[in-house]
Amino acid sequence: MQTSSDNILSAVRIEKGFPGTKALDKVDFHLRRGEVHALLGENGAGKSTLIKCLTGAYRRDGGSILLDGAEVDPRDTFDAQRLGIGTVYQEVNLLPNLTVAENLFLGRQPRRFGMVDTRTMNRKARELLAEYELDLDVTRDLASYSVAIQQVVAIARAVDLSGKVLILDEPTASLDAHEVAMLFRIVRRLKARGLGIIFITHFLEQVYEISDRITVLRNGQLVGTRDTSDLNRRDLIAMMIGRELAAEIHSTRTETTEGRLRYRFRNYGRRGRINPFDLDVRAGEVVGIAGLLGSGRTETAEVLFGARRADSGSAEIDGQSVDLSSPRAAIRKKFGFCPEDRKTAGIVGDLSVRENIVLALQARRGWTRPISRAEQNRLADHYIRALDIRTADREKPIRLLSGGNQQKAILARWLATEPEFLILDEPTRGIDVGAHAEIVRLIESLREKGLSLIVISSEIEELVAYSTRVVVLRDRSHVAELGGDRITAHQIVEAIAAANQREAS
Amino acid sequence: MKQKYLPLTATILIFLLSYALCIAQYPNMLSTRVIGNLLTDNAFLGIAAVGMTFVILSGGIDLSIGAVIAFTGVFLAVVLEQTSIHPLAAFALVLVITTLFGALMGAIIHHLEMPAFIVTLAGMFLARGMAFVLSIDSVPIKHPFYATLKSLYFKLPGGGRITLIGGLMMLVFAAGILIAHRTRFGTNVYALGGGTATAKLMGVPVASTTVRIYALSGLLAGLSGIVFSLYTSAGYSLAAVGVELDAITAVVIGGTLLTGGSGFVAGTLVGIFIQGLIQTYITFDGTLSSWWTKILIGLLLFAFILLQKGIIRLSRNGRQPA
Repeated sequence: MQTSSDNILSAVRIEKGFPGTKALDKVDFHLRRGEVHALLGENGAGKSTLIKCLTGAYRRDGGSILLDGAEVDPRDTFDAQRLGIGTVYQEVNLLPNLTVAENLFLGRQPRRFGMVDTRTMNRKARELLAEYELDLDVTRDLASYSVAIQQVVAIARAVDLSGKVLILDEPTASLDAHEVAMLFRIVRRLKARGLGIIFITHFLEQVYEISDRITVLRNGQLVGTRDTSDLNRRDLIAMMIGRELAAEIHSTRTETTEGRLRYRFRNYGRRGRINPFDLDVRAGEVVGIAGLLGSGRTETAEVLFGARRADSGSAEIDGQSVDLSSPRAAIRKKFGFCPEDRKTAGIVGDLSVRENIVLALQARRGWTRPISRAEQNRLADHYIRALDIRTADREKPIRLLSGGNQQKAILARWLATEPEFLILDEPTRGIDVGAHAEIVRLIESLREKGLSLIVISSEIEELVAYSTRVVVLRDRSHVAELGGDRITAHQIVEAIAAANQREAS
Repeated sequence: MKQKYLPLTATILIFLLSYALCIAQYPNMLSTRVIGNLLTDNAFLGIAAVGMTFVILSGGIDLSIGAVIAFTGVFLAVVLEQTSIHPLAAFALVLVITTLFGALMGAIIHHLEMPAFIVTLAGMFLARGMAFVLSIDSVPIKHPFYATLKSLYFKLPGGGRITLIGGLMMLVFAAGILIAHRTRFGTNVYALGGGTATAKLMGVPVASTTVRIYALSGLLAGLSGIVFSLYTSAGYSLAAVGVELDAITAVVIGGTLLTGGSGFVAGTLVGIFIQGLIQTYITFDGTLSSWWTKILIGLLLFAFILLQKGIIRLSRNGRQPA
């Protein structure tokens, strides 16, 4: 076991229990000076519990924490920050209504004669942000900047306050590729300054891009710590899920143009949301939608489903012109839509798994024709089994399920309506590797059943795995369409990059 | 222009526009006399509204203000009538009481995690009840010191008078602006309005800030009560009913977001002026029922809520790209 003095932070035999479960079982974790250390594990592995023990958000039941060789015992996150451990979360924990400068210096504003010296504060804020390649108007409200910039401001604040250890908890989840690159440049710079950085993420590519070492937790236990360069992807996944996925993601695409043309969208679009596009979808086809965040992916889905009424163009199903001006109309035409943000737009947290599953079907039938309880039970049980939704029983409130299982329940909701055209927006975001592979398998089986699917994803490998065609978006326009052999990660990246180069020139 | 100045600018424009309209119809309204009276007549409301601005900026509400004003008035009247202590000592005593009263409400709101609405509603009944316990009648204040205070004024060119209480209101506003924008406490108030959980994570002392906000509101309600008793020379337990609602109106018309976190103390002053201007206009007109004040203010309030809604929607869509 490594206890040498180049460790900036050492957690030894950390234990933490919750009623009924052991969240952390004698976990060791060592962070060196000047390294980026990825902390990985499936949902429920104990990553966040460990972080919360390190930052004092939870009181640990046993074990010790050494910072710079001295034992520390942070009472709360504020205390941890004072000791030198700063944390930046996925949802930026800053105040959108204060100025950038106020956010950076809240609680420690420079003062003159007892009054806050705004001018000095703004100057210092500009100097601080200059170290992070940002040249902002620091007197503007934080809310006027993008999430990526807010993220960097949060990092600047955390580093400025603590300066020894920086914990990044899913910092890239809502950033696009350019923004991730900017963030990583900053992380590398901080690493060069000798900070120890703990990086938590679901994106394995990013782990390999940025981290020096990887620690994997599973079921509250330490699986191991490895050098990133010595650990291949397959072994890493094996460490995380404890079983080899047959093949992490494999393409089963065989024929590409089976099925007849069913859906024709011509010049379809909505001003300010998505520029008019043409789209044909066949039965038994998965059309992947690729593009950077903000390129119009979700907007495309919303227009297709009628969540935003299209203001130009026409839609045809089987040669018949149809009206898709509202979700109700679309549902009548056997459309289904799993939105991206399942917490706000998908699940109804306090309703049971059963109620969530029958929701869309009931809505389509209308409230005057209730689905009998026996029928509801049958549907719920069927999909819980078919999709392997892990829940104690069908009456459990859905908010108690893990992200992957919530996602499957939402899929079940739409499958229960027996859709013929299903739109999935980021179906695998924020769920763990095991559930990820299951969702991918599910998409393929739906395609084999003859459904037409539109799948939006920012994980390009995933699109390659299940798409029969990939539409590439940029700047709210459909700019390219790839089919057949041209569907490779390389080609898609090229198409996105080419589109963006045009934009730059 | 920055978005956060938009409601304030709108308020100022509305004030200037309506003042111009008033002057066009009644040129006399441009006199310093009218302006002096505007300050004097609205002094107690303005002082209370400064406290309310802080409360609303922090995302809370204080419904006890009117009742505290009435309590203060009755307390002063009874104390000055039945004891021989000097009014200044009575002022100090009542300010301590109302400040502690506000602090207590703040402590309950924070530590028992109760909605400010309910806690200050209870506070409102309590303060009004205490006023009734002291006296159910209107008690006149005849202390000679009151007459002295009321005779103090600063004469403006043109015959207008800045009375003691009018001047006091302006001082309170100046202090309020300074506290809101140039102290750590002020930033913490905005921080609470932006999100209590986040503010806490960022190290804002939520407990002490909440207590201090309501203590400040209590202090200013007490001061407002003193001003009100100077203004009316009496204490009456049924006085100042609904003043908290007028104060909220002034704050919202002044451009402060009712959900907290955004707004300016200076805006509240303009909100007070707009309300006062409408009243003055109705006085000048002489034929209109005073209910027109309420109707116009109601419409204005509604317009401002719509404006704020629009701004929130704009700012949600209008983020700058990275």
